[in-house]
Amino acid sequence: MPDSGLQDARRLSIARNQRVQDFLFHKVTLLFALTVLFALAGILVSLVVSSWPTLQKFGLPFLWTVEWDIINQNFGAAIAIFGTLASASIALVIAVPLSFGVAVFLTETCPVWLRRPLGTAVELLAAVPSIIYGMFGLFIFAPLFAQYGQPALQSTLGQMPLIGPLFGGAMNGIGILAAGLVLSIMILPFIASVMRDVFDIVPPVLRESAYGIGCTTWEVVRNIVLPYTKTGVIGGIMLGLGRALGETMAVTFVIGNSQRIGSSLFSPGSSIASTLANEFGEADDIHLSTLFALGLVLFLITFVVLAFAKLLLLRMERGQGTRT
Amino acid sequence: MDQSVYNRRKRTNRIGLTLSMLAMVIGMSVLLWILALLFYKGFSALSWSFFTASTPAPGSEGGGLANAMVGSFMMIACCTLVSTPIGVLAGIYLTEYGDDSVVASITRFVSDIMLSAPSIVIGLFVYAILVAQVKHFSGWAGMLALSLIAIPVVLRTTENILRLVPGSLREAAFALGAPRWKVALMVTLRAGRSGVITGVLLALARVSGETAPLLFTALNNQFFSTDMNKPLSNLPVVIFQFAMSPYENWINLAWGGALVITVVVLVINIITRVFFREKVSA
Repeated sequence: MPDSGLQDARRLSIARNQRVQDFLFHKVTLLFALTVLFALAGILVSLVVSSWPTLQKFGLPFLWTVEWDIINQNFGAAIAIFGTLASASIALVIAVPLSFGVAVFLTETCPVWLRRPLGTAVELLAAVPSIIYGMFGLFIFAPLFAQYGQPALQSTLGQMPLIGPLFGGAMNGIGILAAGLVLSIMILPFIASVMRDVFDIVPPVLRESAYGIGCTTWEVVRNIVLPYTKTGVIGGIMLGLGRALGETMAVTFVIGNSQRIGSSLFSPGSSIASTLANEFGEADDIHLSTLFALGLVLFLITFVVLAFAKLLLLRMERGQGTRT
Repeated sequence: MDQSVYNRRKRTNRIGLTLSMLAMVIGMSVLLWILALLFYKGFSALSWSFFTASTPAPGSEGGGLANAMVGSFMMIACCTLVSTPIGVLAGIYLTEYGDDSVVASITRFVSDIMLSAPSIVIGLFVYAILVAQVKHFSGWAGMLALSLIAIPVVLRTTENILRLVPGSLREAAFALGAPRWKVALMVTLRAGRSGVITGVLLALARVSGETAPLLFTALNNQFFSTDMNKPLSNLPVVIFQFAMSPYENWINLAWGGALVITVVVLVINIITRVFFREKVSA
């Protein structure tokens, strides 16, 4: 065959072309995958660079200095860090039991025909933009809270020893507690849908064996479902915590935006995110750099929380195949 | 056997399950309350001029959010155009090439963290690298911030859906001598098409409501503008500023804007669910 050599050559050149195309495609997709890593590195580097003047001027004590003096340019992060942690912890204390109840209801007691619509509703609510929760908090929740919620809290919890002073002071509806409550409403659907998902992966055999030896539904949840999904549940909670810590809009509307630490949970405060949202526009020089430093602190805190959450959820996923 | 033990267990069971139902009722009613209020307050703010007029001056009557809606639309459209190819190709890398490699696992981990990272920090980042350098706020900066939020969403949904494409499809294509890139783009991606569209839509819904990153990047513009190189008006920031203002007209407009955003986000989410369901039944 005279032209077989020619055909071979053509085949070779096609194969070579394909190899080049494949190589390029591989590298291009790799590059895009790496953009995510570059973004993370870029965020860290740019935050450190922009906050360098502040880090240099105030050093490590910046983290626990209770000071926010814009005129004399003296700054500490303690007020904002306190506000962030306090509002997020209040949110968790309220949202975790509620979302646990929601998840238990959705997986155990809910009639089957209602499961899908209710589950979808919870997921849809997790998608509602956070600014909506902020507006709700400012216009609807805060006035009602000032009129009914705070007096009720003051006359009950406020009378108790030790924790009493936490529920004292002026009652104007906004403050750390209000921010925590609004946050709890916001993160409830997040945590509930993660919990429901991990409850769903409990093998039916386990559940049915427990029912088979006469366990009640509650005992199945307590002794079978919860131990089996422990890491996943904690992962879901941490995910909610991560959201709550970094939330800007839901908090800024109701936290009161005052740079001090009050003795009461009713008193206004500020979180890292709300400080950024409020003061960034008017800031310059060291003030601006301080805001970047706050952003860096927030990013590091949420990074650790979210990484922890992710590791727990990963372990849960991995355990799925091996445990029987 | 002791009857009291049975009674106690029954009681605990009833209390536990009642509490869980109560949690569901409380959670759902609060959330429905919020939505109902939003619809009530929002609808009363909607009018013809709401969609045609630009944002009014402080204290004046009338006006609308036309400039904000156009600005938001432009930023979100550009963000989708940028983040879709990046997210999809990165997702392809994770399933087709990376698989269990170190790079792939780190990328997966980091993008999961970026999914929930505080969006205000992403705004700070874009401010530092773009706005502070060119010395003015711009629609492009806003778009960049939104894209950084959207990419992880697209990436993870694409990866998850491509993972479901059966290996036999890929192998059949390889056996015909197709190169890897053709298999990835024309077989795997095509099989996972509906999932990828879902991812893009979810990302779109996610960025539509983002406010915090736009505060430091796109900022706001009182006037009608389509210039991406200038500060660009957008719904979330306008809602934020108007809601915090003392003017009643502004607050009303903010409710209207909030309603528009929520409806858009919910509709997109519902559409994606319909998509997925079709896929499952097919």
